[in-house]
Amino acid sequence: MKKFILALASLGIVFGAIAAHASPESDRMKVVNFLEHKYPDIKFDDYVYGALAFDPDAKSQYDSIMDFPPFLDVIDQGKKMWETPFKNGKTYAECMPNGGKMIAGNYPMYDEKLGKVVTFEDLINQCRVKNGEQPYSNGDMKTMGVLTSYARTLSDGMKMNIKVDSPGAVKAFDNGKNLFYKRHGQLNFACASCHLEAAGNRLRSEILSPVVGQAVHFPVFRGGSNLVTLQERFVGCFKMIRQVPDQPGSTRFNDLEYFMSYMSNGLPLHASVFRK
Amino acid sequence: MNNERRQILKGAGAAAVVAVAAGAGLLKPGNVFAADWNKAAFEAKDVATAMAGIGATGAAESDQIVVDAPNIAENGSRVPVKVTSKIANTEHIIILAEKNTNPLIADFALSNGADGFISTAIKLGATGNVRAVVKAGGKVYTAAKEVKVTIGGCGG
Amino acid sequence: MSGIRIKAAMSGDNAVVKCLMQHPMETGFRKDAKTGQLIPAHFINHVTATVAGKTVLDAQWGGAISANPFLEFRVAGAKSGDQVVISWEDNKGEKDSADATIA
Repeated sequence: MKKFILALASLGIVFGAIAAHASPESDRMKVVNFLEHKYPDIKFDDYVYGALAFDPDAKSQYDSIMDFPPFLDVIDQGKKMWETPFKNGKTYAECMPNGGKMIAGNYPMYDEKLGKVVTFEDLINQCRVKNGEQPYSNGDMKTMGVLTSYARTLSDGMKMNIKVDSPGAVKAFDNGKNLFYKRHGQLNFACASCHLEAAGNRLRSEILSPVVGQAVHFPVFRGGSNLVTLQERFVGCFKMIRQVPDQPGSTRFNDLEYFMSYMSNGLPLHASVFRK
Repeated sequence: MNNERRQILKGAGAAAVVAVAAGAGLLKPGNVFAADWNKAAFEAKDVATAMAGIGATGAAESDQIVVDAPNIAENGSRVPVKVTSKIANTEHIIILAEKNTNPLIADFALSNGADGFISTAIKLGATGNVRAVVKAGGKVYTAAKEVKVTIGGCGG
Repeated sequence: MSGIRIKAAMSGDNAVVKCLMQHPMETGFRKDAKTGQLIPAHFINHVTATVAGKTVLDAQWGGAISANPFLEFRVAGAKSGDQVVISWEDNKGEKDSADATIA
C-alpha cells in the first residue's frame, strides 16, 4: 500500500512536470486573459476598483466618499493599536520584516517550516505571541479588523507579489484553487461562478466584482462605517450561497486567500476603502 | 389614532403659521437661523409641509440649480450630493429627500462671499427625488434629481 | 482633541473648505439590532463656519445627514493664511469646534 501511494506521488510529480502549463502563473494568465478578452475597455490597473470599474456612477460616489473617508477615525484607532508597545515594550514594527512597511503584498506567504500558508493577519498574531500577548481572533473586527485597517495602509502602493515556488506552496495554492472553482452550498455556486464566469454581469442590482483585484483593497468600510476584512467577506459570500462558512483564519480560507491574492499579482495595494 | 391625527394637524398648523410669517416678511431668514432649530419643518413628514416650513411653497423650477447626485445610490446611508446654484446672491441652499420619513435634510445659509455651492453626504430611505431649494433676492427656486436606492450589496 | 478634520486650500480665487465631523447622526428611527429598541435621536442640528472671523455658513441639519458628516463649501474673497473655524452643536447640546488655516 505504502509503495502504491509512493508510486502515485512520484507519478504526480512526473505528471506535474509534464503538465507544466498548469502552473500558478498560467492559471493567473488564463484568468486575466479571460477578463481582458471579455472587457477590453477595462484597464488592468482598474481591477483594484472591483465592481466600481464597471460603473462610472458608482465610481464617482466612491471618489466623492474617498475624498474625505468617514472612517478615518477607525484607521486612527488602528494606528494607535499599532504604535502601542506590548507589555514587554516591543512593538509590531520591531517584530515585522521592514518595520511592517511595504510587506502586505508578500502575504499570504507559504511558510516551509510551518508547512502552511501564513496571512498578514497570522504574521500579526505571530508577533503578538512572540511578545507574550494573546493572539487576536482573525474574525474579530474590533481588534484584528481595526488594527489591519491601519497596518495594511503601510503597504499602500506596493504591488501584490505572491510567490508559489515549492511543492508545499503549490499544494496550498491548489487547495485554494479547488475551493474557488468547486461548486458548493445549497445554491450550488462556486466562487468562480460569480467572480470569474459572470464577473462584470449584474446579479439583480449588483455588479459582480472580478477575482482579479479583490485581494488588494481590504479591509473595506461598507456604507462608510461597517468594517469588513477579506476573510470576513468570504464568510458573507459563503452565507449567500448557503454554505456553512469557516472561521476566518481556517486553513481552507487561508489557502483560498493565497490563491485569490496570487490572482491579483501585479496590482497595487490600497487599503482601506469604501464599498457599498 | 385620534391623538395622532390631532398632532399632525397641529404640526401642519404651526408650519402654516411659519410659512405665512415668512411669506409676509416678518421673519428674515438670517433671524430664523440665529434663533431656534426649525422643528416644524425638520419634523414634517411630507414634502408639502416641509416646503411650507422653510418658506418654499410655490418655488419656481430653475435650470440654474444643478443637483449632482448619483443615478443609483451605492449605499443609502451615504449618498454624495453636490448642489450648485448659478443664481446670483444665493442666500440659502436647502436639501430635501422627498421619500424620507422627514423630507427636510439641511438648510445652509450662505453669506460673506460663500459660493452657491454645497457638497455633503445624505441618507436616503427609498428611491425618490433629491430636491434642492435656493433662496436668493427674496425669491425661491428649486430643482430635483431622482436617485434610486437598492438594498443589499456585495461590498467587493 | 476635536473630532472635526478640516482641509482648506485656495483654488483659483476661491477657498475650498472640506471637513469631516465625528458624529453618529442617529435619526431616532433606527432600531438596535440586538434589543429591538429604538435608538434615541442624536444628531448635529446646527453648524457654523467662519473665515477670517466672518460667518460664511450657518446651517441647520436634520438626522438624515450621513454619520460622520462630510461638508464642503467654497468662499470667494478668502485668501491663503485666513483662519477657518467650524463649529457644531447637536440635539443633546453637545458641541465641537476646530480651526485651520487656508493653505
